[in-house]
Amino acid sequence: MSWWLELSPAEWDAVRLSIRVSIWATVASLPLGIAVAWVLARKEFWGKAALNGLVHLPLILPPVVTGYLLLLTFGRRGPVGALLEQHLGIVFSFRWTGAALACAVMAFPLMVRAIRLSIEAVDRRLEAAAGTLGASPPLVFATVTLPLIAPGIITGMILAFAKAMGEFGATITFVSNIPGETQTLPSAIYTFTQVPGGNAGAMRLTLVSIVIAMAALVASEALARRVARRLDVA
Amino acid sequence: MTLEVDIVHRLGAFRLEARFESDGRLVALFGHSGSGKTSLINLIGGLARPDEGRIVVDGRVLADVEAGIFVPAHKRRIGYVFQDARLFPHLTVSQNLRYGRFFTPVAERYADFDAVVGLLGVKHLLDRRPGLLSGGEKQRVAIGRALIASPRLILMDEPLASLDEARKAEILPFIERLRDETGIPMVYVSHSVAEVARLATHVVALSGGRVAARGPAGSVLPRLDRAVAGDRDEASALIELEMVAPDDGYGLSLLRSAAGEWRLPRVDAPAGARLRVRVRARDVMVATHRPQGISALNVLGARITAVASDDGPQALVRLDHGGDELVARVTRRSVEALALSPGREVFAVVKAVTFDPAGTAAAPAAR
Repeated sequence: MSWWLELSPAEWDAVRLSIRVSIWATVASLPLGIAVAWVLARKEFWGKAALNGLVHLPLILPPVVTGYLLLLTFGRRGPVGALLEQHLGIVFSFRWTGAALACAVMAFPLMVRAIRLSIEAVDRRLEAAAGTLGASPPLVFATVTLPLIAPGIITGMILAFAKAMGEFGATITFVSNIPGETQTLPSAIYTFTQVPGGNAGAMRLTLVSIVIAMAALVASEALARRVARRLDVA
Repeated sequence: MTLEVDIVHRLGAFRLEARFESDGRLVALFGHSGSGKTSLINLIGGLARPDEGRIVVDGRVLADVEAGIFVPAHKRRIGYVFQDARLFPHLTVSQNLRYGRFFTPVAERYADFDAVVGLLGVKHLLDRRPGLLSGGEKQRVAIGRALIASPRLILMDEPLASLDEARKAEILPFIERLRDETGIPMVYVSHSVAEVARLATHVVALSGGRVAARGPAGSVLPRLDRAVAGDRDEASALIELEMVAPDDGYGLSLLRSAAGEWRLPRVDAPAGARLRVRVRARDVMVATHRPQGISALNVLGARITAVASDDGPQALVRLDHGGDELVARVTRRSVEALALSPGREVFAVVKAVTFDPAGTAAAPAAR
């Protein structure tokens, strides 16, 4: 075993932090993601185009701009950030929670898109049938719509997780690059490339990134195939 | 059950304006595609809101636009069997069947799961997923799913339309048993006169979004030609016959009406059974003297009650055969040549081979 493949404690920190940040970013934004996808897929209302634009904005804006806007809004002096700190004790700026928020915002359009497409593909006549059997609209959603869009939800979560693992620009702008607190994998790789003799470290973390990405992809494929098989043994 | 409908509903340029009351056990909504029958049961089931008017089932107001009442579908407890079954693909057959029961108040669950599974013959399918079922099996499960929810009324929207003849023949007896054994009122949408003749106790015929005829099946079916444009060949009579001998040695069954004997292609029913037979007007000839040396097996004495003709070449002759009504489709030329007029005693001639087995069925049990 060559010595340079072994991760230092600081590098392990970056790996663990990245996974934690990405999981939180994915899981915490999922309910909102499903709700927004449902509204965009099913409802017609004034301002729908604006909501759609807002959701997709992080996809087209430079990540640094998104990060800066987050800093202005969710920073300790920002309107939302100050409120959250006062009333709920939640602080985003320069914390790992801020990194999770930045990743969630950046990954949100990908998640919403995948879920929205699967909601649009649901046969609404099945929902009508559930209604005639006595299920109220929320129960129809829980017992018919949700199981039918499960493959789309899984796809959306994997896309969001992958995006979060790779997020760099918005994160570093919003919560900086503090080892052990906000230094995620990409930030750590970036730091290695900025110091003399950091090549080996950058390479180690790059390999770790590739392994995690591949594992997530394979797991999602397997899961999605299993769910899909259950749905349409048609 | 009493069903009161008095609604106006617009769908684009189409206007549905229906007004009728019915207390039948199986009310058939009959009409061609585009006549508004599916729109009408969607309104009864709560899948659409009427623009005007009201719908009342058994005294319970389900929709009343003026009073601002609209009971949503999930609170109506009206079962719906769709043309395309619509089973939930993510659930097994057993879970599909139990789905509606879960939402039914315990005190109102009258349907017994095992009894329904037995009635519909789906016990061997319970662990399968809907995707693996045949069309006929899917439709039986769909009927069971609606039934096990213990509905107050069951709506069926052409449940047989997507099935081939063999599958239809497989399901029709289940619907008859449902009508006769469970006592749940049904509204059955169909464009097939044979199905209506076989199943319906009452008929509401729709044409172009309007009610063209309504009443007990026996009195509406002979009028279908005038009620529904383009159904010239669908006029028919429904008569009840009693089985005398299921097989006369030639593969024919001997049956009896109040005033005569009938021979039909073999019907599977025991002696003494009451059968309902549909006799199409175009299959009936009229003779002024008893014909001799004729191959047709059914020669029945009758008296003409009415002759209806329009500008076309054809006329419809209504006959009284010992209290049973028959209708005969003849040419206007024959009406003149034979001087067919009300009151005249004639003979109705029906070939045994013209009977449509799909229109012969057990008569709805008297209640």
